[in-house]
Amino acid sequence: MAEKRIYEVVFIIDTGTGEDETTRLIEGLQRIVTDLGGTITKSESMGRRTLAYKIGRKTEGNYMLFEIEGTGREIAELERRMRVNDAILRYLTVRVDEERQRAEKLKARRARKASKRPFAGASGGRGGAAVALAGDEEEA
Amino acid sequence: MSRNSEERGFDLDEGRPGGGAPHGRTGGRRFRRRKVCRFCVDKVDYIDFKDVKLLTSYVPERSKILPRRISGACAPHQRMLAEAIKRARNIALLPYTAD
Repeated sequence: MAEKRIYEVVFIIDTGTGEDETTRLIEGLQRIVTDLGGTITKSESMGRRTLAYKIGRKTEGNYMLFEIEGTGREIAELERRMRVNDAILRYLTVRVDEERQRAEKLKARRARKASKRPFAGASGGRGGAAVALAGDEEEA
Repeated sequence: MSRNSEERGFDLDEGRPGGGAPHGRTGGRRFRRRKVCRFCVDKVDYIDFKDVKLLTSYVPERSKILPRRISGACAPHQRMLAEAIKRARNIALLPYTAD
């Protein structure tokens, strides 16, 4: 478990909670993560939004986003805490490091392809045009 | 030369002149513009589930995921899209059903 994993945690806070209570709650959650050895690389509010469907009679909520780097242990604790807390309507954790790696790979592959075929797409996608062009070359 | 033969694949459904054959005709191929995956064109590598604006355009009124044959997305991108929509549904960014 030495490797670092990156997670995105999105959670919804009840709009009924007071402002200072909300900040306290967020700070508390951050402390849980840091105490267990994780680091919070991003912590931002996605703002107040209307929920796409009702969650426990609530129609809107405050969305928060954490980006956490860690081993997974802090995620387990964080999720446990969020499950217990009534002010948190819902949470979603997504492990993003693997997906980002894949995105990087795709990007690299595209770059490689582009350098290999500099004229790809230059013929405008119409097969007929490309064939005609090739014919001209042969005649010349 | 190999490039040309590859690109000829595009012209499969060029259709006949005066296209728009009536419905139900079995023999005639109807002209249809070939769809190109929008995500490939835009060079998207990752579809974020938090991007509600993008995702809503792929869930029509019934909140079903728009199928490939209509969205025109290539298989890898359709997979990413479906995954992102499902995540967004989980945290109430998108609806599961239209009520």
